[in-house]
Amino acid sequence: MTAQLSTAAPRRIGAGEQPPTPRRRSARARRGQVAAYLFLAPAFALFVVVLLVPIVKATQVSFYQWLPFPGADNTFVGLDNYRRAFADPQFRLSLVNATVYMLVTVPGQIVIGLGVALLLQNRLPARSLFRVLFYLPVVTSWVVVSLLFRYLFATDGGLVNWVLVRGLGVADHPIGWLESRWTGIAALCVLGIWKGVGWTAIILLAGMTGVPAHLHEAAAVDGAGYLRRLWHVTLPALRRTLLFVSVMLVIGGFNVFISVLLMTAGGPAGETEMPLTYDYKQAFNFLEFGYGSAIAVIMTLIVLILSIGQTLLANRAERGE
Amino acid sequence: MSYDTPQLRRTRSVARLVALTIGALIMIAPFLYMISTSFKPNRLAFEWPPQFIPNPATMDNYVQAWSANHFARYFANSLMVAAVTMVATTLLAAMAAYAFARFRFPGRSLVFWTMMLGLMVPGVVILIPQFLVARSLELTNSLSGLVFFYVGGGMAFNTFLLRGFFERMPAELDEAMDIDGAGALRRFVALYLPLSRPALATSAIFAFLGAWDEYSWALTTINDPDKQTLPLAIAQYQGQHATSWGLVFAASLIALVPVIVVFLAGQRHVVAGLQTGGVKS
Repeated sequence: MTAQLSTAAPRRIGAGEQPPTPRRRSARARRGQVAAYLFLAPAFALFVVVLLVPIVKATQVSFYQWLPFPGADNTFVGLDNYRRAFADPQFRLSLVNATVYMLVTVPGQIVIGLGVALLLQNRLPARSLFRVLFYLPVVTSWVVVSLLFRYLFATDGGLVNWVLVRGLGVADHPIGWLESRWTGIAALCVLGIWKGVGWTAIILLAGMTGVPAHLHEAAAVDGAGYLRRLWHVTLPALRRTLLFVSVMLVIGGFNVFISVLLMTAGGPAGETEMPLTYDYKQAFNFLEFGYGSAIAVIMTLIVLILSIGQTLLANRAERGE
Repeated sequence: MSYDTPQLRRTRSVARLVALTIGALIMIAPFLYMISTSFKPNRLAFEWPPQFIPNPATMDNYVQAWSANHFARYFANSLMVAAVTMVATTLLAAMAAYAFARFRFPGRSLVFWTMMLGLMVPGVVILIPQFLVARSLELTNSLSGLVFFYVGGGMAFNTFLLRGFFERMPAELDEAMDIDGAGALRRFVALYLPLSRPALATSAIFAFLGAWDEYSWALTTINDPDKQTLPLAIAQYQGQHATSWGLVFAASLIALVPVIVVFLAGQRHVVAGLQTGGVKS
């Protein structure tokens, strides 16, 4: 159909001719509009079916006692699923776990990622090789790295325990990493930081290319040392980038999923459960779709509030300077 | 900086190299150990002290991973799903990006920002309603269902990525072709697609890697063992043969080969995509 529309305007307009009359231009604009809708339609239709409808559906289902069987009798229960979530000790525990995970992995990735970015910023031998090595965990699938870290953190014969006991001598016996709550979360955090540092470094590196060199030079002429230049020139210039990074990392941290599923499966006895693994089990093991959807809505709202909160804080800090 | 002596600069450069080398070793060590274990006979997987260079080394795990357990089937499934997802995502997102970048039409910014909302919602959160939608469309437990949801899930990010690129292209060429009577489709095919190859490559790479690595959605919708993709199969290997780490890692490394090839061949595009905010989670 688009091809037909395009052949409808065969008249050529040379350089010296009058510009098209308003009427003709608006006819072209109209044709352009039709073409634009046609170009947009498939992508938008897919988006609606795969994301928009499910988002609306999740909100609806969260107010029901919802059974995932065809023809099931789904009863409206109002806010019951939400009340249940806030009273559910297992869900609250998972929120605490995710908060701890986030509080460790977000600063961890930002600080280490910033260090890597600063080291990679200037020219040096084999820089592109280093970049590849740091980005490798970023492009490797969560499934593979989660299984790998489960193996590395094994109690008997795991590499991490061997390094700690024999290599560094900081532990006198192997630690049961994945066998209790905080050591399990620690192992998850190590994986999260290891996998994410490369991504943070990439983003910060991109931000650093936007820092004007003359600012650095001026500061150096004024006698500012490296750390002072970092603090007063580089970091302020990176504020927007750092905001973006921390918003993305907080979202990702709160929604940690595959690594928990494959490293600890939420165990032992649900102690390393995270909100989304708990949510997943509620829905697909216990078929509590209504309750699961309520948890999903709560998680979305928490993430949204955290993102907005970070943005407001960053804006206020910027105005304060 | 202007006051740095060459000597100071050299010392600093060496210090940076040392720090980077230590960092890079930490990043790469788990992979190296995984490779090592994939060549170990099973009884040596938890040997204490660990063997870094397996002795005796064996190819058994690779042979077993590839020949047993329908691995070739899973590999083919993954390849097919990822390839179709890659082509469809890139084409449809490019079309949408073109509409946003070069046309004015009612509802333009409403539609755009609605789509960008999709970037904010993390995938796993809407697995439950997506499953309900997929079931009513009879798209569960099928490879085309995977493709459908991967393509739809990738629309927001790839449209955003490509729109930015299209907008930076000079409008003069477009206007000249328009005045010459070239319709929207012709301008798209003859002008925008050829000139935006780097951006299209970025989009294609991300769509491919995303589909190749995807786990949560496949786990939720695929029941039929014949329709499993590689991540499902690998995770299941670990469950079934809890002690066969060599086998699990041989399979993982085979699955990693296309990723590494794509990453090394298109490193520039991968970095560009990551800079736009492409995170795989």
